[in-house]
Amino acid sequence: MTTTEARPAAPAAAGGKHQASDKSRSEARLAWLLAGPAFAVMLLVTAYPILQAFYESLFDYRLTDPANRSFTGLSNYGVILTDPVWWDAFGVTVLITVVTVAVELVLGFALALVMVQALKALRPILRAAILIPYAVITVVSAFAWQFAFAPDSGFVNSWFSFVGLAPDTDWFGSPGSAIFVICLAEIWKTTPFISLLLLAGLAQVPEVLQEAAKVDGATWWQRMRKVTIPNMKAAIMVALLFRTLDAFRVFDSVYVMTAGANGTEVLSFLAYRQTIARLEIGLGSAVSVLLFISVVLICGLFIKGFKVDLSQARGE
Amino acid sequence: MSIREKVGWGIGGLLIVVYCLFPIAWIVSLSFKSSADISNGSFLPTVATNENYETILTGDAAELFLPALRNSFGICLIATALACLLAMFAAYAIARLDFRGKKLILSTALAVAIFPVISIVTPLFNLWREIGLYDTWLGLILPYLSLTLPISIWTLSAFFREIPWEMEQAAQVDGATPWQAFRKVIVPLAAPGVFTTAIIAFFLAWNDFVYGISLTSTSASRPVPAALGLFTGASQFESPTGPIAAAAVIVTIPVVVLVLIFQRRIVAGLTNGAVKG
Repeated sequence: MTTTEARPAAPAAAGGKHQASDKSRSEARLAWLLAGPAFAVMLLVTAYPILQAFYESLFDYRLTDPANRSFTGLSNYGVILTDPVWWDAFGVTVLITVVTVAVELVLGFALALVMVQALKALRPILRAAILIPYAVITVVSAFAWQFAFAPDSGFVNSWFSFVGLAPDTDWFGSPGSAIFVICLAEIWKTTPFISLLLLAGLAQVPEVLQEAAKVDGATWWQRMRKVTIPNMKAAIMVALLFRTLDAFRVFDSVYVMTAGANGTEVLSFLAYRQTIARLEIGLGSAVSVLLFISVVLICGLFIKGFKVDLSQARGE
Repeated sequence: MSIREKVGWGIGGLLIVVYCLFPIAWIVSLSFKSSADISNGSFLPTVATNENYETILTGDAAELFLPALRNSFGICLIATALACLLAMFAAYAIARLDFRGKKLILSTALAVAIFPVISIVTPLFNLWREIGLYDTWLGLILPYLSLTLPISIWTLSAFFREIPWEMEQAAQVDGATPWQAFRKVIVPLAAPGVFTTAIIAFFLAWNDFVYGISLTSTSASRPVPAALGLFTGASQFESPTGPIAAAAVIVTIPVVVLVLIFQRRIVAGLTNGAVKG
């Protein structure tokens, strides 16, 4: 519907009848005419639903019993925040986020370093290989890892029998090992993205500084610590922020591997279960709003606490 | 670089390739295992068979898998095209025109990109049921724009900023109309960027799972990832590991082909959009 507003792009100077003083105004009008539809669609598909979710979270409302819909104010939030189910899911989500992001950052940095140094002949192969985990759908990756670790279809138990792994070890039967496999799958899937961002950051470290440090006799490790990493701080922060927010929303892997069973329920899954599976619109909406608020808080923490300047990271 | 260093970095590179391809190799291997072979505890099948592919392409699971494949292609292509079209206009304005609100549009795109999908799904689930968009193509295309539009705007404005816009004016001085100048000079320069953006946006839409399982209920609109996630097998007594692996391989093929052909562009698009945007 909004697309009908968009017209073929014509340069602002096209309307010759405009006075020079009107030029900037007509340019701004054209700009909004062009960018407006995209802006409107973005608001329509996110701002509107979240406001709707906030409104619905104020009601005691389940689809199986629509007649008894009643306004209850903030009581849904009280119910959720005093329920250990929420806090368990919160803990699991934070655990998965911290573990995956920490490992991905180190591993991603290592991959980026290898890609910088690797032989010219190897570079296109590396680039293609590293894009594959990024492009493979998360559900497929989750199935691959689940099947590998499952006692019936997997090879992991037989491969690692030499460390005393029983052939019927059920990795998805207890929270610790299940979360371990979920983290492995997430790390495999998203490390390439981090390493691509860090690779772009590495490219922005001035060569002159490296050379100067080398001449001054700095070791590889000293150069890394004093020259490379400080100079790519912005890229690291952007990668960290994006991945943290992404990891906090983890859903697909958990759904496929354990469906939230055995102490692996994450916040996204809790929201999904309340709304789509249990049709508790009121409670589910409140969980969605709380998840949204958590993401906004993480974002705020990053930007305030780590002083991430996005415009700086974007090379402006 | 000394020979020893070269060999070291070469081995490092090979390790990366193994790391990236290992799970893919495993799911391919699994897809060729017969049902008796699934639990042989080894990486490779004893005898390769294509019975899993038959199950999902012509056999019992075909009526689940093929419509889902069609839905995924249709919905993702339309969502990608729409996102690229809208993002093209917006990115043109951002790169070319001077106006207040440029920052607002870019930060809105960023905010939408970090939005938890599940928070949007809850209200949409309710709303779509009321207005009849539940379990329709349009009911997925609209929310997919929340995935594809932000990254399209970021990457396209990064591309468009590097276009030498003066050439357009030069063409006009030479007697071309503004529209001709735009179409003959700018469009060819912008086309690779738009194309790259389309691929990245398509990956994101193709990857969706949350919208897919929440906003659909039948094969009328259920996309492949959701169909895979909800697939319980042709018969209740046989676990569907093999057919799922085969289906997973089939949905991975388009993605791998795109990556192999356009790897250089995709990397440039991803890093430009995220780091230089």
